[in-house]
Amino acid sequence: MRRAATLLALGVLSWLTLPVGSVRAADATPKPTIRIASEGSCIAPPEEMRRNHMEMLKHQRDRTLRQGMRGEKASLNECIACHASKSTGSVLGKDNFCESCHAYAAVKLDCWDCHQPKAGFSATGAKP
Amino acid sequence: MSHNDRRGFLAATAGLGMVALAPGVHLMQVAQAQTKRAAGEPASRLQRWGMLIDTTKCAAGCDACVKACAAENGINETVADPRQASQWIRKIDIKDPKNGRQHSLPMMCQHCAEPPCVDVCPTGASMKRADGIVLVDRHICIGCRYCMMACPYKARSFVHQPLTRQNPEVPRGIGCVESCTLCVHRVDKGLKPACVEACPEQAMLFGDLEDPNSEIARRIASVATAQVRADLKLDTGVRYQGI
Repeated sequence: MRRAATLLALGVLSWLTLPVGSVRAADATPKPTIRIASEGSCIAPPEEMRRNHMEMLKHQRDRTLRQGMRGEKASLNECIACHASKSTGSVLGKDNFCESCHAYAAVKLDCWDCHQPKAGFSATGAKP
Repeated sequence: MSHNDRRGFLAATAGLGMVALAPGVHLMQVAQAQTKRAAGEPASRLQRWGMLIDTTKCAAGCDACVKACAAENGINETVADPRQASQWIRKIDIKDPKNGRQHSLPMMCQHCAEPPCVDVCPTGASMKRADGIVLVDRHICIGCRYCMMACPYKARSFVHQPLTRQNPEVPRGIGCVESCTLCVHRVDKGLKPACVEACPEQAMLFGDLEDPNSEIARRIASVATAQVRADLKLDTGVRYQGI
């Protein structure tokens, strides 16, 4: 009986002392799926992109729309060109680039109410 | 006038000086430079984009411009009520009841110099770009539709349903007002608006109203043209010939 208790205590101890970031930590904190379809370098290092992409896009959109500046470094269509999923062609969808992270961070994403989330999409027209 | 604006004005004035010094050779180059802007360069107030529509050429029953607009701007949704249909461009037929004289013409945003839609917008979403193109900044449009009521040309419409099949270059979506953009995404690339390019009768002429050497400015200087509801003194960028 004592032997069994010792074994159990040892087991609990070893489980508690597992290094941080191992299986246990990963289980406790789910991470967003960040799948980059086209590997390569973005317009800024990942840390900066994660923190500041919204600011970059916000300032760019105002310059482009209100002042008519084209060819800016930050561009939503360029985001899609690299980050859209190879299988669905979109940045939206449970496991795709924009939506997976925004769902994880619980930040509402309304860019795609107006902007086209699919790379290389060609719209058709129908007379209204 | 901000510092940047002044700098742009000085640079543009220097460019104009060059035309006067070496006419002929540089005229064409400047004309092309005016239509295709370099990356990062803002729209210039020295230009004003406009359109001249020859109603004597515009054929009744032809809607090539409307179709071209829909294809270019990804207008492909079906609306529940025809009164909710988008109004980027539409064909109208008019008849003088006194003498029976008939015209057919396309009607769209007239890109006024004094746009009432901009006056009434409570958020600043309805705006006029430096080169005269009147646009809706959907990022800050709250969908109040005050501009739709203010527009004497009924050129604006509201998107009532979620859209998914937009053209990547022409974002548009639920909850915002929209109207003809003069194909701003094409104009910035040095192309003509889709309707102008599609017109089988070449009844639509696009160009810079401020450039006295442009075809549109020369035509307006030489033939009788009219602004629709000129009495409102909005100084429209879209002019009509033959009405």
